[in-house]
Amino acid sequence: MITNIGYGSLIITFVLSLYGIVAAIYGERKNLYRFVESARVAMLLTFPMLTLVALSIITLLVTQHYEVQYVYNTTSQSMPIYLKITALWGGQSGSLVFWAWLMSAFASAVSIRKWSRDRDLLPWVIVVSLVTLAFFLSMIIFFENPFQRFWASPGSREIVAMFQPAGTQLLIPNDGRGLNPLLRHPGMVIHPPMLYLGFVSFVIPFAFGIAALITGRKDDRWIRLTRRWTLVAWMFLSIGLILGSRWAYDVLGWGGYWAWDPVENAALMPWLTGTAFLHSVMIQEKRGLFKRWNMILVILTYSLVIFGTFLTRSGVLSSVHAFAQSAIGPMFFIFIGITFIISLALLIKRWGDLKSEGVMHSLLSRESLFLLNNLLFIGILVVVFWGTVFPLISELLTGQKVTVAAPFYQRSTAPLFAGLLLLMGIAPLSAWGHSTWKTLGKAMWKPGLLSLIVLLGMIISGVHSIGALLGFWLASFAFFITIHEFWRGTKARHKRSGENYLTAFFRLAARNRRRYGGYLIHLSVVLMAIGIIGIEGYQTETQAKLKAGESIQLSGYTVTFKSLAEFDTNDGRNVARAVLDVSKNGKNLGQLYPRRDYFYDSQQPMTIPGVRSTIEDDLYIVLVNWEQISSGSATFKVFHNPLINWLWIGGILLIFGSFVAAWPDQERSLQLERKLASQNSSVVPVSSSD
Amino acid sequence: MEEQNNSTPVRKGGQTKFLIGGALIIAAIVLLIFTNTKAGAQYFLTVDELKNRQAEMVNRDIRISGAVLGDSIDYDTDNLILRFTVVQVPGDNKEIQALGGLGVVLHNAVMDTSLNRLPVIYEGVMPDLLRNEAQAIMTGYVDETGLFHAEELLLKCPTKYEEAVPEQASEG
Repeated sequence: MITNIGYGSLIITFVLSLYGIVAAIYGERKNLYRFVESARVAMLLTFPMLTLVALSIITLLVTQHYEVQYVYNTTSQSMPIYLKITALWGGQSGSLVFWAWLMSAFASAVSIRKWSRDRDLLPWVIVVSLVTLAFFLSMIIFFENPFQRFWASPGSREIVAMFQPAGTQLLIPNDGRGLNPLLRHPGMVIHPPMLYLGFVSFVIPFAFGIAALITGRKDDRWIRLTRRWTLVAWMFLSIGLILGSRWAYDVLGWGGYWAWDPVENAALMPWLTGTAFLHSVMIQEKRGLFKRWNMILVILTYSLVIFGTFLTRSGVLSSVHAFAQSAIGPMFFIFIGITFIISLALLIKRWGDLKSEGVMHSLLSRESLFLLNNLLFIGILVVVFWGTVFPLISELLTGQKVTVAAPFYQRSTAPLFAGLLLLMGIAPLSAWGHSTWKTLGKAMWKPGLLSLIVLLGMIISGVHSIGALLGFWLASFAFFITIHEFWRGTKARHKRSGENYLTAFFRLAARNRRRYGGYLIHLSVVLMAIGIIGIEGYQTETQAKLKAGESIQLSGYTVTFKSLAEFDTNDGRNVARAVLDVSKNGKNLGQLYPRRDYFYDSQQPMTIPGVRSTIEDDLYIVLVNWEQISSGSATFKVFHNPLINWLWIGGILLIFGSFVAAWPDQERSLQLERKLASQNSSVVPVSSSD
Repeated sequence: MEEQNNSTPVRKGGQTKFLIGGALIIAAIVLLIFTNTKAGAQYFLTVDELKNRQAEMVNRDIRISGAVLGDSIDYDTDNLILRFTVVQVPGDNKEIQALGGLGVVLHNAVMDTSLNRLPVIYEGVMPDLLRNEAQAIMTGYVDETGLFHAEELLLKCPTKYEEAVPEQASEG
């Protein structure tokens, strides 16, 4: 019954999408606006319809319908209810439904906005959104149907099918196989939704970009319309990446947070082009430059979003994340190829229309530094893309599969990231149009001096690694400049309006959310950089087998093994949990409990480290092995991860900064911004003109 | 384009410096990628390929995968030294699919004593997923004696994700 409701809704949504595409194109060509309106309604309806599909799957999962293959594969009786619900995105077909569901939510949201000023874009936004949606729906319906059930025919094998084959009976297993224990983590509950939200919301700016190309609009209207969409997409993608790292750190028990795994790279790549896009659209808005480049970036981002989904699904590259190899891999490949070629063809057709409205003059101007920023982001993208597909390329060319490992990525991206940190310091101080070393130097000597003092302090305190010194210096440089920018703005406002400093600070940020939200994000990147330099440069580890009462030392910490207990829990786990005393320089710091959970249903163990986390460092202890109670000894691996917490603190600030930047401006301050923007388009000598 | 041609010489010079600057950065990035690819290259081999080319592959950076032989797993918990043996499995996904999927291939590999085998040594924590018929994906190097020194050890258990038909089923 429920399976039929779900499957029926799925088919209806697919038909709706196809109808919407046809109606939008027909209405646009024949100038029959009622067809476009009808397509709009179709797009609006995809969301409630797919909600019905998602709810059907959730109902099946929660009510333990194990005759449904998807339910059998992803849940078991012992799982708590919230994990049964989140199993919606725990397997292949469910996660495709989830992707489509989110996509339809965004498409519906777009369809109900006011279109009065942009009627001409609407049909093509509908077409692009619905083509993407229809593609995912066709993958679900024809290849990965989540509503397939088990059927048994007498005397022969079990069959998996949607509808009852002749002469068979429904097969109802007693229990399911359960979700992969590695995925039973709060981070895993929200990591995929965030990532998917980021992925699908990038479809919207792409849809507007393509609509602008097709209608031949030359202005930056599509960018202004989708600025907030892009920011929101970027924010979700960032949250997804940070949560994924945190999950790896908490669950995988190898003391790290990022492994340059193909699937991690797949999520990073659209983030890189998206970040470049967020910066370069500002140049088009302010100076009318880089129109073609922005189109290229939004097309690339969209293709990389689909490519990312494809990499996780296809099994073409081996990865710990990848699902089983599936027939949908080639389909994705074809879809990416077709959309990419059509997009590029449209761009080439409009190439002449998208001419820049001016030229760049000064190497130190804001637009020039933004261009450099874009080059570096694209450089990192090329590194990551090259590394990810290198096994395929080498096999194709030489027949010998050659891969590149983490050191390749680290060595290649480190100089580029360092360049970005430097730019993060300089670029906000430069002016649109024209800057000189003199004006820049005047703006940055104070924070620059402070950062040199920090550098000196680090050298005195015994930091010798050139890389770390450079990294910390760049981070502090960008940090002080950003803080200084806040300070300058606040001071100017205080003088002008007579508000006290605190009020002036908040009003300043509130009146120009995009700018100061962006600065907050810059600060967060600095904090994250500190965490990354700390763990990459100074992580230490040791391992030992300890008897009760014995100790192990690392980086000033003393870890003493007290006891170990093994017990069963009522949710189907066997837990081995060690108790360790932690002290530093003779001072007792409390206890840590690294443990190993063994899941009976899926017969998989899971290692959960004991972590003592401070802003200075993390002590990260993994229970490796233990022997029977008689000998009472256990083996531990201990990691000392300096500064790692700043990565997570930075992550939280980044989310906050994105909220500030994406929050709608009040209408009055918007008008002010527009006025200022028109003033800014002429050459201005000082950066802080607003 | 025409606009730029009509522009003053100063402007032309202005554009040239951007072209040169951009070209230099792109060249630097290409160089970075090229040198690091060479330095970081890792050969993706199967156990068979390694056996055939063992002499030339000694001490090279190798990525290899094989089926874990459960009986061979020997873990010295005092020193965290893990030894086990892996059996040849095809490296190509299509080939694996043609042979009936990863689970079948791994199972048959472990059963078949005629296939090439590779002894492995690994220092460190024994991964949770290391067990009979798991697929070990390792990076490391092979020494002159033919022992593979794994520096990184990833495991994949196909049973988890493969669509299997339930065993404990009742008709209803």
